[in-house]
Amino acid sequence: MSTAERMMGRLTARRGEKVLGLLAAAGVIATAVLGLWVTPPDADEGNVFRIIYVHVPSAWLAYLSFFIVFAASVAYLATKRIRWDRLAAASAEVGVLFIGLTLVLGSIWAKPTWGIWWTWDPRLTTTAVLFLIYVGYLAVRRLPDSPAKRARWSAAIGIVAFVDVPIVHLSVTWWRSQHQAPALLHVAPRMAASMAAGLLVGVAAFTLLYAYLVTFRLRVGRLEDRAISEALSPRLEPRSAPVEPPPTPPAPKEVSARG
Amino acid sequence: MNLLRQSVAMAAKDLRIELRGRYALSAILPFAGTLLIVFGLSLGPGRTLLQETAPGLLWLAVLFASVLAFRRAYEAEGEDGALEGLLLAPMDKAAVFLGKAAAVAAQLLALEVAVITLVVGLFDLSLGGAPFVLAGAFVLGTVGLAAVGSLFGVLAESPRAREAIFPLLVLPLATPVLVAGVKATSLATTGRGGQAGGWLGLLVAFDLVFLAAGTLVYPYLLED
Repeated sequence: MSTAERMMGRLTARRGEKVLGLLAAAGVIATAVLGLWVTPPDADEGNVFRIIYVHVPSAWLAYLSFFIVFAASVAYLATKRIRWDRLAAASAEVGVLFIGLTLVLGSIWAKPTWGIWWTWDPRLTTTAVLFLIYVGYLAVRRLPDSPAKRARWSAAIGIVAFVDVPIVHLSVTWWRSQHQAPALLHVAPRMAASMAAGLLVGVAAFTLLYAYLVTFRLRVGRLEDRAISEALSPRLEPRSAPVEPPPTPPAPKEVSARG
Repeated sequence: MNLLRQSVAMAAKDLRIELRGRYALSAILPFAGTLLIVFGLSLGPGRTLLQETAPGLLWLAVLFASVLAFRRAYEAEGEDGALEGLLLAPMDKAAVFLGKAAAVAAQLLALEVAVITLVVGLFDLSLGGAPFVLAGAFVLGTVGLAAVGSLFGVLAESPRAREAIFPLLVLPLATPVLVAGVKATSLATTGRGGQAGGWLGLLVAFDLVFLAAGTLVYPYLLED
């Protein structure tokens, strides 16, 4: 019984995770309030500028999460502990989500300000290449049938992909510099204090959101692994006791898993 | 030097397979030729446009052909449990990586000579000017591609990876090779070979990073 109880306890979120989720939600709401009402519209761009309060935080988060993928991949190869692989996987999934968001938000911002959805600016191009690399990383994660092999393969990719980032960035920077210089944003110097505050709150809120999503995904990953290992080797303890005729199906586990 | 000898043995084995099977000659080279024809058709018969885009098309053909070559390098290992034999062989796993990279690089270089000849003929690309820059760009770019392909070709061992996932992974990782290779080639073929130094340096950096990362990481990919 005690094992079943322990399992049920770990199915649902722990208190820390819930607190993290609430903090992230509060931070996102605060970002929305600051970005939409408290901060003034930009002198040049007007209200379109407000997209910066989500665009920059999501870009920062994408890069952070790919760094975590790299660090977790190194840690996995060094220690061979599966939790590092789960962390890399969770971080990569969240990272791909946010880098996709960065690209979409950037396009929405570019259209009214630059007049185009896309320009081959070094930062944009690097971001797009990164997006593709980590989509490939996630695709490879689905390939191998053994968890150990999957962990080793994806750790290798997680390391090499991150090492590749500076070279990609350098190459597209030089590539672009032979053409007309792109209209880069120089926002920092002429920023009002409330704008900087909005941006900082946004970055903090998105970082909390990242931590929450990764924690959540880690828990789901643990449950996935347990479900697989139990499907492969059904536990024998409940049946080893002298069984009484009424065949009660081992339902409680499943019910609790759904709830 | 043990690692070197083992790598050479590995490369020799792969090249022997290729010489006897002639897969690159019979399948990859015609594929590259088809690509070039299709590129030419899609861009129309205008001579200047084709001349301007020729370096890019050339490198695209090399890139796509190299994907086939990497997969081929590991297909042979998937047959008859050859990979298990390789795992059990008393050799450094890094030698497998370096040897396979060397073998693929040799095949690609031979392929590139043919592809360049085709491009010169089809798109009227002039090779004069800076032959050393051109050769440097192709040799360095090929080493980088071979390192990426030898490292991740292992993944093609999984049957589901053979279709789209392998190119999905390899092509974005290899974007610096494409960019630097195309730029160096177009500078060399337009008589501005002297300005290509930075691009060649970038290719050297890419090669070193991927050869080093591959040597370190590859043993984990192969381990079972």
